[in-house]
Amino acid sequence: MKQIVVAITGLNAIDSPGPGVAVARAIREGFERPVRIIGLAYENLEPGIYMEGICDKTYQISYPAAGPEILFSHLKAIHEKEGLDLIIPNFDSEIPNFIALSDRLHSIGIRTFMPTAEMFAARDKQRLYAFGLEHGFKVPRDQLINHVGALESAGQTLGYPLVVKGKFYEAVVAHTLEQAQKAFFAISGKWGLPIIVQEFIPGTEINIAALGDGSGNTISAIPMKKLYITDKGKAWAGITIEDDVLIQLAQKFIKATQWRGGFELEVMRHSSGDSYIMEINPRFPAWIYLTAGAGQNQPASLVKMALGENVKAFTEYDAGKLFIRYAWDMIVDVSRFQHFTATGEL
Amino acid sequence: MIKKNIATNELGDVFNPSTGDSFSTNAVAAGILTHMREGKSIAAIKKIMLETYDADAAMIEKDLDDFIHTLKEYNLLAPVN
Repeated sequence: MKQIVVAITGLNAIDSPGPGVAVARAIREGFERPVRIIGLAYENLEPGIYMEGICDKTYQISYPAAGPEILFSHLKAIHEKEGLDLIIPNFDSEIPNFIALSDRLHSIGIRTFMPTAEMFAARDKQRLYAFGLEHGFKVPRDQLINHVGALESAGQTLGYPLVVKGKFYEAVVAHTLEQAQKAFFAISGKWGLPIIVQEFIPGTEINIAALGDGSGNTISAIPMKKLYITDKGKAWAGITIEDDVLIQLAQKFIKATQWRGGFELEVMRHSSGDSYIMEINPRFPAWIYLTAGAGQNQPASLVKMALGENVKAFTEYDAGKLFIRYAWDMIVDVSRFQHFTATGEL
Repeated sequence: MIKKNIATNELGDVFNPSTGDSFSTNAVAAGILTHMREGKSIAAIKKIMLETYDADAAMIEKDLDDFIHTLKEYNLLAPVN
C-alpha cells in the first residue's frame, strides 16, 4: 500500500498552541493507509519537532512575512527529498501565501485542500460584521480604528465593556477608556494596525470545528463548549455538546461561502439563546483532536478529500467527550536541538 | 418530566449534552431521577418517598418541589404539553 506523505505546520504546542500536533495525531489515528508526516516549523523550539510519534521529519521554513516566492523555493526543495502528496497549513497568517501558491504546488504534485482567496477574505475579522449582514448571521457590531484617539467615539458608540482585538491574534475586554487605550497600544505594537473594536456580547463561549467540501456541503461539524479558559482566552478543557442550532450555523456558513477545508467558528451563546459569531478561523483549531475522539475525525477526512476520495458527511458524534490539555516537559538532548538549528532539519 | 437526552446514572451523575453542563446529586435525588426516567408521575414519586423515608408528607412535598424547581432552573425538564 502506497505511503502518503503529508506536510503540516503549526507545531508550536505551547500555551497558545498551534493545531499541527493535534492534526498529525488525528491523521495518524484516522487514516487507514501508511502515512509519513513532515513537519514544517518556523522556530527551533516548537515542541512538535521533538515529540515522539508526531513528525517523521521536520524542516524549517521561512516566516510568512518573507512572502510566497521564498516559501515556494523551500517547499520545492523539501518536495524533491520527500515527495509530498499534501500540505495542510495551520496558521491564519501563513494561509494567504499557501493560497497564492496552490496552483504552483499542484503543478509539481503537491495537493492542498484550502479555501479560495475570496472565501478567506470573506471571513476576515476586519469584514466580519459586513459578512454577517450579507448572509444573515448575528455578529457583534465593530469599528476598525487606526489611531488611539478614535477609541473615545468607538466607546460611545459600542458602549463598555468592549473588546479590543488585533487583526491576527489577541483580544482584550476593556471596561474603561483607559483599559482600551492600554490594550490598543499592547496589541497594535505586536500585530500592527488596524485594531478592531468590537461590541461585548456576554454569554457562553462555544467553538465549532467544521469541514466543508468546497461545494457547499458540510462533511463534519462538532460544537465544543469551553470549560476552562486560559488568560489568553484559549480553551484548556472543553466538552462536545449536542445542539442542532450550532450545527445548522456551521452548515449555513459552509453553504454561504462554499468553504473548502477545515475552519473554526467562535460563537457566543447569549442568554437570550441567540448565537453570535465572534470570529471565523480559516483552519483547524488546536483542539481538533477532540473531533476524532468524538467520532468525526476531521483531519483524516480532509486528507482523504484532498486525495480525491469520496467522503460521506458524518451524521453522528458523541456528545459529552472532554478534552483536557496538559503541559508535559520533554527531555531533549542538546544535539538534536543543535542539529535542527544548524541544518533546518530533524 | 426530565428531557429525553439528559444522561443520568445510578450514582447520581447528570449530564446535559445540549449545554455540556454536568451535575452531581445525592442518593435521594438520584432515586427521584430514576423514577422520573421510568415515567412515574410526581404524585407517584411522592407516594414512594413517603413509604421509603421517615419524614412527614409536608416536608417530602416541599423537598420534592424544591428539587423539581432546581431541575427546571438548570433546564433539565422537558416542557409540559
